Amino acid sequence: MARIVGVDIPNNKRGEVALTYIFGIGRSRAKMILEEAGVDPNVKVQDWNDDQFGAIRRVIGDNYKVEGQLRSEVQMNIKRLMDIGSYRGIRHRIGLPTRGQSTKNNARTRKGKRKTVANKKMATK
Amino acid sequence: MSRSLKKGPFIDVNLDKKINTMNDAGKKSVVKTWARASVISPDFVGHTIAVHNGNKFIPVYITENMVGHRLGEFAPTRTYRGHAGNRR
Repeated sequence: MARIVGVDIPNNKRGEVALTYIFGIGRSRAKMILEEAGVDPNVKVQDWNDDQFGAIRRVIGDNYKVEGQLRSEVQMNIKRLMDIGSYRGIRHRIGLPTRGQSTKNNARTRKGKRKTVANKKMATK
Repeated sequence: MSRSLKKGPFIDVNLDKKINTMNDAGKKSVVKTWARASVISPDFVGHTIAVHNGNKFIPVYITENMVGHRLGEFAPTRTYRGHAGNRR
């Protein structure tokens, strides 16, 4: 159990995989970070020594926006769209897809759980 | 696929001309336009542009944040009042 940039605790996995537990770091970034820090991506986190931890922390801190900072940046971008009243902002506001997807069916990720309307068929007749 | 950088952003020529003459003269008046696909250039900031939505012209006041977006994004063409069963 180790701690890197705040709350994240990657465990007994290979370094390359463990780093992806951090929000904002995927496989390719994890590889780049380990390469820059000079750590073998196949070594497990529990086998890292303090120098390697320090190097990895430094590389992440200097080059990447992760976790809270990144989340707030994403939120700021969405807020900007909503504030200027653009189409995408409006779609964010009413909780529908923003990139022109069909919403006749599906789109459940944005729309959330189905809301059944009683007697809908009768009403449209 | 995104637009080729070689061409630069698409800015409606007539609209750009009108705004530029207004900028040179230091005047401000509402400009009607149908060019919804035109990108908002930094010159437009501070002007009000009436963008056609297929039915009528929606006045859009251009702020700095809007630069780089397209005019049509600010004049919705559909009215959505929610669905039955959606308590609003």
